[in-house]
Amino acid sequence: MSQKKQEKLIDENGVRLDGRKVNELRPLKIEVGVLGNADGSAYIEMGKNKILAAVYGPREVHPKHLALPDRALLRCRYHMAPFSVQERKSPAPSRREMELSKVIREALEPSVFIEYYPRTSIDLFIEVLQADGGTRCAGITVASLALADAGIPMRDLVAACAAGKVEGQIVLDLTDVEDKGGEADMPLAFMPNANAITLLQMDGMLTEEEFEQTISLAVEGCKQVYQLQKEALKAKYMAAKDVVKEEATEE
Amino acid sequence: MTASIMAARIKQKRIAQLIAHGKRLDERGPNDHRQIQIETGLIERAEGSARVRLGKTEVLVGIKIEVGEPFLDVPNEGVLTVNAELVPLASPTFEAGPPDENSIELARIVDRGIRESKAIDLGSLCVEPGKKVFVVFVDIYVLNHDGNLIDASALASLAALLNTKMFNYDVKEGEIKIKPGYTPLPLRNHPIAVTFAKINDKLIADPWLEEEQIMDARLTMTVDKDGKICALQKGGYGYFTTQQVFEATKIAVEKAEELRKLVVKE
Repeated sequence: MSQKKQEKLIDENGVRLDGRKVNELRPLKIEVGVLGNADGSAYIEMGKNKILAAVYGPREVHPKHLALPDRALLRCRYHMAPFSVQERKSPAPSRREMELSKVIREALEPSVFIEYYPRTSIDLFIEVLQADGGTRCAGITVASLALADAGIPMRDLVAACAAGKVEGQIVLDLTDVEDKGGEADMPLAFMPNANAITLLQMDGMLTEEEFEQTISLAVEGCKQVYQLQKEALKAKYMAAKDVVKEEATEE
Repeated sequence: MTASIMAARIKQKRIAQLIAHGKRLDERGPNDHRQIQIETGLIERAEGSARVRLGKTEVLVGIKIEVGEPFLDVPNEGVLTVNAELVPLASPTFEAGPPDENSIELARIVDRGIRESKAIDLGSLCVEPGKKVFVVFVDIYVLNHDGNLIDASALASLAALLNTKMFNYDVKEGEIKIKPGYTPLPLRNHPIAVTFAKINDKLIADPWLEEEQIMDARLTMTVDKDGKICALQKGGYGYFTTQQVFEATKIAVEKAEELRKLVVKE
């Protein structure tokens, strides 16, 4: 543990432990429509983060008294698998998971036309299979795609990405080690079409100037994530188109 | 539903209209907090305590210090635990039971401010590395909910920590022996939370309950004694633009300075 701390997180050439530059995202792999039962689903790998999201609904609300007369009830559960972190995590929801479920729901709700589905619920499940820092952001990114995959009308996709300060430098998309050894971490979710920040949290210590730089960098990161989200969504339908074509030629 | 839970539609409309014109129903300016009263040391059994009245919002914070075990990853540091109780006597909408997501979020926002500003020197609370440390319990008790529980709770927590007296002790053969007398818990920083609500695309500080009911989104910034930002939390279903966040930062830094003077007497 103490040995790790002495290791420098960014070398003199501005290269991070995993070989990235300060303003570079981790490699992203996104897949849409990965689960059979769910109405919508998606899977993301962001560096070592591996996260699944599934959407059920709009469907009947249980328990019934929670139903809202003028809009759908959006519910969200962010949950980490016991084997997703170094020390086994108890599967019971922790206080952290409760808070994250709330802020993730609030980050996604502005994007969904919930008023189209009164008296129903849209249930969103995010399972973190492996965690390496920035799981709430990757979780939002993948959950937004699962909502789109479920065919729920949306104003825009929500892309999320963190920025922060590590060894005096403002960096994009912190890993777990960078988050723990760094000075600040700021997860941010963004809807590019509306220029809207829908999730904003921070812990650490930043001056006003650094704060503005960090927000701008995080927003830039979100825009890159957004492009990849759109590609992943299109890829699913392109694949479906190919299948249809093949079947047509077979006949 | 009783009238006290939701403001009448006509009142909500009026509140929103006024805010669009830079005014508020209770005649405050957009960035004014309600009147703040702070009392400290009202619970003798606690190591520290404070009650903050922010307008009609009322929060009591008690600090208890006990001996406990450190976390595995930081064996030579004391432990800070922040907990919030939204007790049913504080509002017709609060119910008894385990903490819900609102009280967990409240506690975690306050926790983040104290932790990230390194207000408490946790290193000095270690008795025996890996085995025995002091645990500082910050228990937030909401007594009356009239909006902006975050700022009231953060302020009360800071006031209570400033009021906290540690018992004197000796360590003999790994056992802690309490000696007579107390010394103040040393605080290295004074984090202040400033919360904004977005209504009609305008930001207002310190929303009261009826403003919270119609707000699109909420943003809390915690500012440390040097004017640095040490914690952030967006809440609510709406969003903020980058410009609005920058605008809020400037106001928060100024407001924090002002609020800090109410708690920290030099």
